[in-house]
Amino acid sequence: MPEIRVTPLGAGQDVGRSCILVSIGGKNVMLDCGMHMGFNDDVDDELEIKAYYAGHVLGAAMFQIKVGSESVVYTGDYNMTPDRHLGAAWIDKCRPNLLITESTYATTIRDSKRCRERDFLKKVHETVERGGKVLIPVFALGRAQELCILLETFWERMNLKVPIYFSTGLTEKANHYYKLFITWTNQKIRKTFVQRNMFEFKHIKAFDRAFADNPGPMVVFATPGMLHAGQSLQIFRKWAGNEKNMVIMPGYCVQGTVGHKILSGQRKLEMEGRQVLEVRMQVEYMSFSAHADAKGIMQLVGQAEPQSVLLVHGEAKKMEFLKQKIEQEFRVSCYMPANGETVTLPTNPSIPVGISLGLLKREMAQVSLPEARRPRLLHGTLIMKDGNFRLVSSEQALKELGLAEHQLRFTCRVYLHDARKEQETALHVYSHLKSVLKDHCVQHLPDGSVTVESILIQAAAHSEDPSTKVLLVSWTYQDEELGSYLTALLKKGLPQVPS
Amino acid sequence: MAAHLKKRVYEEFTKVVQQQQEEIATKKLRLTKPSKSAALHIDLCKATSPADALQYLLQFARKPVEAESVEGVVRILLEHYYKENDASVRLKIASLLGLLSKTTGFSPDCIMDDAINILQNEKSHQVLAQLLDTLLAIGMKLPENQVVQMRLVDVACKHLTDTSHGVRNKCLQLLGNLGSLEKSVVRDAEGLAARDVQKIIGDYFNDQDPRVRTAAIKAMLQLHERGLKLHQTIYNQACKLLSDDYEQVRSAAVRLIWVVSQLYPESIVPIPSSNEEIRLVDDAFGKICHMVSDGSWVVRVQAAKLLGSMEQVSSHFLEQTLDKKLMSDLRRKRTAHERAKELYSSGEFSSGRKWGDDAPKEEVDTGAVNLIESGACGAFVHGLEDEMYEVRIAAVEALCMLAQSSPAFAEKCLDFLVDMFNDEIEEVRLQSIHTMRKISNNITLREDQLDTVLAVLEDSSRDIREALHELLCCTNVSTKEGIHLALVELLKNLAKYPTDRDSIWKCLKFLGSRHPTLVLPLVPELLSTHPFFDTAEPDMDDPAYIAVLVLIFNAAKTCPTMPALFSDHTFRHYAYLRDSLSHLVPALRLPGRKLVSSTISPSIAPQEDPSQQFLQQSLERVYSLQHLDPQGAQELLELTIRDVQRLGELQSELAGVADFSATYLRCQLLLIKALQEKLWNVAAPLYLKQSDLASAAAKQILEETYKMEFMYSGVENKQVVIVHHMRLQAKALQLIVTARTTRGVDSLFGMCEKFLQEVDFFQRCFIADLPHLQDSFVDKLLDLMPRLMTSKPAEVVKILQNTLRQSTFLHLPLPEQIHKASATIIEPAGESDNPLRFTSGLVVALDVDATLEHVQDPQSTVKVQVLYPDGQAQMIHPKPADFRNPGPGRHRLITQVYLSHTAWTEPCQVEVRLLLAYNSSARIPKSPWTEGGEMAPQVEFSIEGTIPFSKPVKVYLMPKPARR
Repeated sequence: MPEIRVTPLGAGQDVGRSCILVSIGGKNVMLDCGMHMGFNDDVDDELEIKAYYAGHVLGAAMFQIKVGSESVVYTGDYNMTPDRHLGAAWIDKCRPNLLITESTYATTIRDSKRCRERDFLKKVHETVERGGKVLIPVFALGRAQELCILLETFWERMNLKVPIYFSTGLTEKANHYYKLFITWTNQKIRKTFVQRNMFEFKHIKAFDRAFADNPGPMVVFATPGMLHAGQSLQIFRKWAGNEKNMVIMPGYCVQGTVGHKILSGQRKLEMEGRQVLEVRMQVEYMSFSAHADAKGIMQLVGQAEPQSVLLVHGEAKKMEFLKQKIEQEFRVSCYMPANGETVTLPTNPSIPVGISLGLLKREMAQVSLPEARRPRLLHGTLIMKDGNFRLVSSEQALKELGLAEHQLRFTCRVYLHDARKEQETALHVYSHLKSVLKDHCVQHLPDGSVTVESILIQAAAHSEDPSTKVLLVSWTYQDEELGSYLTALLKKGLPQVPS
Repeated sequence: MAAHLKKRVYEEFTKVVQQQQEEIATKKLRLTKPSKSAALHIDLCKATSPADALQYLLQFARKPVEAESVEGVVRILLEHYYKENDASVRLKIASLLGLLSKTTGFSPDCIMDDAINILQNEKSHQVLAQLLDTLLAIGMKLPENQVVQMRLVDVACKHLTDTSHGVRNKCLQLLGNLGSLEKSVVRDAEGLAARDVQKIIGDYFNDQDPRVRTAAIKAMLQLHERGLKLHQTIYNQACKLLSDDYEQVRSAAVRLIWVVSQLYPESIVPIPSSNEEIRLVDDAFGKICHMVSDGSWVVRVQAAKLLGSMEQVSSHFLEQTLDKKLMSDLRRKRTAHERAKELYSSGEFSSGRKWGDDAPKEEVDTGAVNLIESGACGAFVHGLEDEMYEVRIAAVEALCMLAQSSPAFAEKCLDFLVDMFNDEIEEVRLQSIHTMRKISNNITLREDQLDTVLAVLEDSSRDIREALHELLCCTNVSTKEGIHLALVELLKNLAKYPTDRDSIWKCLKFLGSRHPTLVLPLVPELLSTHPFFDTAEPDMDDPAYIAVLVLIFNAAKTCPTMPALFSDHTFRHYAYLRDSLSHLVPALRLPGRKLVSSTISPSIAPQEDPSQQFLQQSLERVYSLQHLDPQGAQELLELTIRDVQRLGELQSELAGVADFSATYLRCQLLLIKALQEKLWNVAAPLYLKQSDLASAAAKQILEETYKMEFMYSGVENKQVVIVHHMRLQAKALQLIVTARTTRGVDSLFGMCEKFLQEVDFFQRCFIADLPHLQDSFVDKLLDLMPRLMTSKPAEVVKILQNTLRQSTFLHLPLPEQIHKASATIIEPAGESDNPLRFTSGLVVALDVDATLEHVQDPQSTVKVQVLYPDGQAQMIHPKPADFRNPGPGRHRLITQVYLSHTAWTEPCQVEVRLLLAYNSSARIPKSPWTEGGEMAPQVEFSIEGTIPFSKPVKVYLMPKPARR
């Protein structure tokens, strides 16, 4: 029995880690082994890989892995709502045997992005208008670019002159890649590319340490995103004392970091060396997350139409809810294995069979309306040779295999009460059949027999009872349908002829 | 190379035409053409290979064929068709047959039999499909002929079982276009049974080929468009097609569902897997809503568009489209919209967002959560957040249409529309602002919503800001804080973009007159008056102060208690503004203020009638001129012109009429002056110098008449006659001046002939109006026409001179509604000291932004002219897409002009201005005498002359020599 086996090694009912082993059609594929982007493209002849746009970060992709007719789709992280720099994840109706999807936000339905963006822009705008400074701690990739584009376009639209800085380091390198792979970004950026590359920021400049002490308003993006170390923390310490300033945390903060502390309302922070830092600046939280929410996950499942779904990257409790929903809405089986647990899926791979064109055309010609959805019966010979299958007409099969054809005939006797002579009976039968079978070719041969297509009917006198005539009906097995119909018809007897 | 490049750029982006005098059209010889069919026959016989034959056919197809020779050509083509073995040539012939049968004036029933005949013997699928297409063309040409249609439908039905999708496609198309609409009318007598076309087409909804499925749905839609009532049973079939694998099928199916829902809105359909039943239109609405989250954006756009026109849907379903239940960790969360509303109703302003401000509240019942919304749920939420802006625009449009028909929905969708004001694509933002304006009757903005709306005022795009001003003009605001907020933001806008001045003032005018009671409590603060102290008088020329006053005065119009709050200088300012900005400041009743009211009262309620009357009277006076001596006439004319022009300046409503009449009077004045010249009293035609004045006058009159004819919108035929008459007089003047000043008869001979032609032309064009022109120049001239035709030029000149002197001054009837076209170039502003530098030979793009008022059909008439310092002039035709139409009578031109020149030693200024191109023959209704139809289309597009109608703007330019 062919099957697909999936064993999560790191991602089963767990958020932080990753790595999934899939064996499909005799091939073993390791998904997400350590690296975030990038993939082992150790692909052999039978393994097909197709990438779909995932919209999580630049270049994020969902993969379809296909061996023969069995396929698995692995989503990785994806985002079903478009943002300011990337489009939404998209997949065609590829109907895989298995869809492995992340489920970070299995139990969340998010509000529209627009409100969040508007709030963010309003906050920043108000603060710089008041003359305050805005600090936005970010991680190098993803949200940083989204927020940069957001602010850049806003500055452009509103004709603002306040400087925006971007802390140096990894982010610059990342921006470089964004500039290169413009085709992977969203519609707006792709369209304006003709005039200018949106990532060639007009208003955003590289940050220098000395700028932090400059007077006047400014906006600074600094790494890292949780304010636990580095440049963002340095700037934070400089600006925290002024209530005109603002810090906006665009993402999640782990417990214990400065970011988490200020978000939970702490106003006095103990820094190293027993210094106490009083936080007077405003603290704002905005969730800009690039994962699909429950609705998005369902939407993707609906688009791909898989035969079964497997959830990874999520907490067991939340997965349970989503699993139940998926099973209820789509009526497909859903799995959520823990790490090390193996899921085995039996598959029904379709076996491709080649059909000869002549046979197909002949069959097509027989029906007036070819209907796509209804199965149809077809006569032919299946030849299995050299590991492939072919369906050919029987004549051709005989010829190819060098075999002689055997004829199989059915014969049947039908007794009729008829006192007349054989010839007359035959004539009578002929006229009867002619009147009943209007669509068929009914002939009366000179030797007294009657043929309907290739079916032969002969009338003979009964050896014992002269008033009974015996009709011999003979047909080949190809004409079985018509033959049995004829005998049934004749058995009912002939209509009484006024003689 | 550079020159070549320059040329290329010009070719690609704009059409640049060097201004030049148009040449007099030369007469053409017409040769009788050899028979088309014969030539084709010879060509085809010559062809040695299929490729050759194909070439000949292609060449042949480029030229049109006259109706009378079509049949001959068709016979030749058919003959070759039978002989031809190559499928591609047969295909081309078949397509040519289709093209030919579309020829106007040709009745294709004679070739139908042949076409059907060759169809029956054809083996190639592609040729078959093409032949069916030809049959379709034939059938469409004969919509009345039932028998032909029946036969064609019969043929189509026979070929429906073809294995090629192309043939099936065409058959379905044919059925859709020609299938008989009456169901099963018995026509056995003619041997052709009418078929139930709907059923036949419906069977192909399940075809194996998606293209055929699409064609079947389209054929069904075609039947609907032709007026056949589709069966309701199709609804279920169409619903199944919504889950098709192919986007074209889904897209067409959505349309079909929409059609059925409009046909049977009230039918009841069952909900699968339950016992409930709902109205069909609601069910269809739900299904189309579901398609708004389809995988293909083409389908999404289609679905979103159609939603807008489903007004019959129940309000319950409608409101669901904006619904989205939020949750976090299985606990219910409120949306930002809900939170904003609550904050507002609890009386608090939106505070800064805190960590956990949106903390989820109650637990959600896991069983009740519906993740995949069945039906309408959240359709617009999805549509408005879509990745593609096409979908978002479609969704905004649909919202607009639905909101217009349902006030309750309008109120609900407000939050979403306001959110769209921050879309990343300008078009979407603009569309949502327009939408909001359209539904503004149904809504009142909450303060927090107003706040978001007003934030967009800082947008750098003028389009957006102006649209927003228009929106604010008709917005309902609920509180006085709201009004204050709006005013503050508008003033901020004014400070940032001073060019928006007029638009902002207009906006405040409406804001004030709509909300008098809300403005009232704000007045002391706005005017910064103090109960005890006199405050400093604000600067009267400050646009911001004027803006505040416009708001207050318009509010005061319906609020009689307000003037009591004004201080003295406010009244003075009122008097001043009422005079200088009368279109923005209404007339106010100001009781108890003797000092002010005495000076103001004459202008307080200026009735329209006196000024109109004044205009009429002064014009009447002029028309009685005949009885005055020339000196007196001149003086009267000069005086009247002055009066009328001043009147136009004072009364903006009458500006058009006043200007128009003044121009006419000026023409007459010039004519009188010219005829008064001493020149005429001198016998010998030698005084070249002195004729300057007269010929200049003639030239100027000509120019003015063109202005009168083309620069005003609302000019009627009766004015055009007078204007043309004046022009004719000017031409006569020109002729006699030339006769006086030139020696030799040769040139005069030609001029005379041309003039007489023009008189003839005038007579033909305005034959109906001639009775009104009693005693006029042309009237007298026409009487003398037989004599003029036979006279020598010298004689003609003499007659003309006399007639010109004796003829009366024609009365110009005043048009009802007339406006002078005007244009203002906003950009380039012409103030920059920094020259635009570019390498000579290459081009530099100059952004031009201008507003046009009262220009009819600006796409074809408005041109941009660039004058280089060396006197070279360039005329640029802007693209039609560069014109926008922000309101009735107003247009905006935003275009790029490409400048280029050879290197200069130092920067110089070029002049940019807008021209109004005209063509006097285009306006005259086409009469049968214009020879044939061939000339007409060219005439329409050609430019006879141009009128500059904007102030020129200077642009500093510096082409640098190219570096080697």
